[in-house]
Amino acid sequence: MTESTTTRVSDAADYFTLGDAIADTKAPHDVSVPQMWEERKAHANLVNPANRRKIKVIMVGTGLAGASAAATLGEAGYHVESFCYQDSPRRAHSIAAQGGINAAKNYRNDGDSVYRLFYDTVKGGDFRSRESNSWRLAEVSASIIDQCVAQGVPFAREYGGLLDNRSFGGVQVSRTFYARGQTGQQLLIGAYQALERQVAAGTVTTHTRHEMLELVVVDGVAKGIIVRDMVTGEIETHLGDAVVLATGGYGNVYFLSTNAMGCNVTAAWRAHRKGAYMGNPCYTQIHPTCIPVSGENQSKLTLMSESLRNDGRIWVPKKKEDCAKDPRDIPEEDRDYYLERIYPAFGNLVPRDIASRQAKYMCDDGRGVGPEVDGVRRGVYLDFADAIDRLGLEAVKTKYGNLFDMYKQITAENPYELPMRVYPAVHYVMGGLWVDYDLESNVSGLFVAGEANFSDQGANRLGASALMQGLADGYFVLPYTIANYLAHPAERIDESHPAVVEAKQAVEERINHFLTVNGTRSVDSYHKELGHLMWEYCGMERSKEGLTHAIESIRELKADFWKNVKVLGTADTLNQSLERAGRVADFLELGELMCIDALNRRESAGGHFRAESQTPDGEAERIDEEFAYVAAWEWGGEDGHTPVLHQEALSYEAIEMKARSYK
Amino acid sequence: MTCVATPTLVKGSRSTRSTIALKILMAVTGLVFIGYVLLHMYGNLKVFAGQEAFDEYAHHLRTFGEPMLPYGGLLWVIRAVLLLSVIGHAYSAFALWSRASKARTHKYVMMKAVTATLSSRMMRWGGVALLLFVVFHLLHLTTHTINVNGDPGSPYERLVSSFQPGQWWVAVIYLLAMLALAMHLRHGVFSVSQTLGYSNNARSRARANFAGVFLAVVIAGGFALVPLSILFGIVD
Amino acid sequence: MKIKLKIWRQPNAGTKGAMHDYDLAEVSEDMSFLEMLDLLNENLNEQGEDPVAFDSDCREGICGTCSLMINGQAHGPDVATTCQLHMRSFKDGDTITVEPWRAEAFPVLKDLIVDRSAFDRIIQSGGFISANTGSAPEANNLPVEKAKADRAFDVATCIGCGACVAACPNGSASLFVGAKITHLGELPQGQPERDMRVVDMVAQADYEGFGGCTNIGECTAACPKEIPQDVISQLNKDLRTAMKHGH
Repeated sequence: MTESTTTRVSDAADYFTLGDAIADTKAPHDVSVPQMWEERKAHANLVNPANRRKIKVIMVGTGLAGASAAATLGEAGYHVESFCYQDSPRRAHSIAAQGGINAAKNYRNDGDSVYRLFYDTVKGGDFRSRESNSWRLAEVSASIIDQCVAQGVPFAREYGGLLDNRSFGGVQVSRTFYARGQTGQQLLIGAYQALERQVAAGTVTTHTRHEMLELVVVDGVAKGIIVRDMVTGEIETHLGDAVVLATGGYGNVYFLSTNAMGCNVTAAWRAHRKGAYMGNPCYTQIHPTCIPVSGENQSKLTLMSESLRNDGRIWVPKKKEDCAKDPRDIPEEDRDYYLERIYPAFGNLVPRDIASRQAKYMCDDGRGVGPEVDGVRRGVYLDFADAIDRLGLEAVKTKYGNLFDMYKQITAENPYELPMRVYPAVHYVMGGLWVDYDLESNVSGLFVAGEANFSDQGANRLGASALMQGLADGYFVLPYTIANYLAHPAERIDESHPAVVEAKQAVEERINHFLTVNGTRSVDSYHKELGHLMWEYCGMERSKEGLTHAIESIRELKADFWKNVKVLGTADTLNQSLERAGRVADFLELGELMCIDALNRRESAGGHFRAESQTPDGEAERIDEEFAYVAAWEWGGEDGHTPVLHQEALSYEAIEMKARSYK
Repeated sequence: MTCVATPTLVKGSRSTRSTIALKILMAVTGLVFIGYVLLHMYGNLKVFAGQEAFDEYAHHLRTFGEPMLPYGGLLWVIRAVLLLSVIGHAYSAFALWSRASKARTHKYVMMKAVTATLSSRMMRWGGVALLLFVVFHLLHLTTHTINVNGDPGSPYERLVSSFQPGQWWVAVIYLLAMLALAMHLRHGVFSVSQTLGYSNNARSRARANFAGVFLAVVIAGGFALVPLSILFGIVD
Repeated sequence: MKIKLKIWRQPNAGTKGAMHDYDLAEVSEDMSFLEMLDLLNENLNEQGEDPVAFDSDCREGICGTCSLMINGQAHGPDVATTCQLHMRSFKDGDTITVEPWRAEAFPVLKDLIVDRSAFDRIIQSGGFISANTGSAPEANNLPVEKAKADRAFDVATCIGCGACVAACPNGSASLFVGAKITHLGELPQGQPERDMRVVDMVAQADYEGFGGCTNIGECTAACPKEIPQDVISQLNKDLRTAMKHGH
């Protein structure tokens, strides 16, 4: 391997082909970053109100981004067809977000501004997000709060009746709006109600228990989708003037994650296979405060809101022999409040990637707590004893009561008496389908919103920013940018078009295959094995050796899956094994690409930590001269073909690119 | 292309056509009964003041409001109001009962009641029992059709002779009915408060619950005193 | 531990179902109830028998997807959703009866899965505040008394799981409707549509075939979010007010 920095051969050289560089062509680069959004809106094409009802938008996903976009487009008068795999739009996994939503309102008069929120987002994202997008996100954040309050979202308030704020990891201002520990739920219910209002108004039609299984593309233009009615098994075609994917993240590639059981990559992956680029797939966020794994049969991990780090203190015993002790018997001087020790400026409020990695190091060092799973204690204490002394039991109950109850329900331990045990878990993916400033992918007419796009979050997302991005995209960005596209939509096709016939046939063949393999292993067993590989080798810390091993193992697993999976039942009924088989098939392909992306990116940035790239004191070392780009991967084809890497260079004018430090 | 969701939304909905309107009808007619039984119970207690006082009270009920009202006019007004209330109460009860049975035609193999009080679960059959009792009561002491005893001119005598130990079963019927009434009131009073919207917070709900128990004990207890006292010879 | 399961099996909406018995060993106390069913399904899959279909998604008690009548109680014996119920709530050797929600408005689609879209239609009929995107005033222009904001939040925590309907002997959706009426009615933003909202939502609930409320409180006891019976009284009050206003 050559070591000259500019021409160093990628660690993943054997696994991909380098394609042409790409660039975002939609952001108006003739104005400065703060002016871009105004400029874009000012010159975007508009659609006459009378014409809108003739224009059909296909909206996949009903989380914060999908529901808010569908509602807003419906209000504007477009004809929207909305799809979700859940039994109701209200169940999308945005509902599980606990902590809050950021907005540059500066209600606390503590120096917040659009610039500060932008700065924190880009810095938090370790200078791997697109500057123009992150600025816009900060810019529209304040309007989101206005909109949600008008819808009746019951945000926390102060006694004076005004909105309350709290602070969150990675920032030094108090800009997070919240509804106890259920902010995501309240925001989603707001968007869901707005959506259902449009259903009643006749502008939006919802298709619940429908799963998108294919994208219809003709000459590089998205024309519609193929879906399966999950109750009757019917394969349906829906064609429209634009397709929006707001299908969330793919954290379930790790099997155990804080995602819902049904969260999947299929919609995005099908689009990827039809030509849409996948941006930075290896950027995964590991959330530091989840309830540790307790056993073999565990199906999911539960997150404890990051807001707990506001008042809770994280520690492990200084001495390994104390790890099995009752934590209340460990004296103060024998406790290591390691985040406060290593990062005195931010203490327990360091960004998620740092908090997660440090927890891993403590446990790897043999100082983890809780039960031993596979010979290692994987947990650190999150202690509220000081907070209860300082604020009183009642105040702590008011602020965190529901989270404490949840912890108790799951672990049967009382967190008011014993410190909670937490450990990092996969929570969110910053990677996703590549989009330009208009949220349009490289496939014309295919828009991607929310967590499903490669996002404004860079290599790491700050707490309380996912809700902000979902709603920013859905309420305030997409409705403008998609109108620009819809003003001159491409020609529609009908169901007899060869592209539709072929897509439908492909879906049916795949389903038939799963049902006729008659193998010996269940879908879940493959999913678990894949998840284990991903967590081990493409999790908190990644290395060349591990990733190479993972790629080879995933390939073997994939080959075995297609030959040996066992799916019972028929295609024409509600068949949950069949649904899962399709999702796991796509996860297997995605997992491989994630490892290739991680292997290529031989730097540590945000949620992506390469063992080969760290400073002498063990902090992440970013390599800007080599990796200041978005990795946009093009599908290479079936086995034997390698994916093609397109690089979008990142440059910064409104912010100076510098090493991220929270010390 | 099939659209699964949103087959129909109701058009032109009216508050008066809702199940809650039926419940309000039931609550208001229930209130009429509560008022009536309270007064009736009070009147019955006159029996402890002796035959003269009781018969005088019964007579006074008939001359009340004269000459504006004819003899017995007030009673007929009350009877009319009560009859309408019975019709309203029973109509809404049967309409809601039928709705409820249509709302779940496939029963559970296993179903546990967690907090429901016995009285709340006995409302329907208890209501039917009370209706049958009212018929019996009217035939017994109003129209004198069954169990004719004593001087028809003296309500006191009719009353006292009805509950003699020799025909203890009459007293038992009345006492069982009072038990049914107590249970009906215990939940009914709370229900009135819920349905009319007066218990929309924890405190008022606790008050409504207490009022239910209180009125049940006072009214049913007050009524029961009379047959019990006669049965045990305190009144003769 | 070992348990016996009696589970409702029904191939689809149009076919009759029946209770089936299963034995399951190697159940650990730390498993959630749904993880126990996952284990059963892995075994069934192994034996070539169709796995039991049941709904679940977030598995952290907030999405409202999971359901199940467990031993005659909606979501089982704990005040939590089924996904948060753990096997430590049962004993070795227990027999557990598992049935779908039963209500005409919630038809069974397969095994333990029911169709709850009636709830969506109730929301469509009026469970919202009409505020088009872009038309909102500055959020702090309208202070909301903290007590009201807190109450609105408390009842807005409804997850739409349908346990209230399942537990109600009348199959009534009053707690669900009442929670939404109270949430939006407590807020100043919810006032302009208050009368029509309650009339339309109640009419839709009636139309869907839910029963009337008899105030017995089983809904509240079954509610994993502990929505109080107060909201039903509030619902009735709002309807009476709307009636007074001639709607």
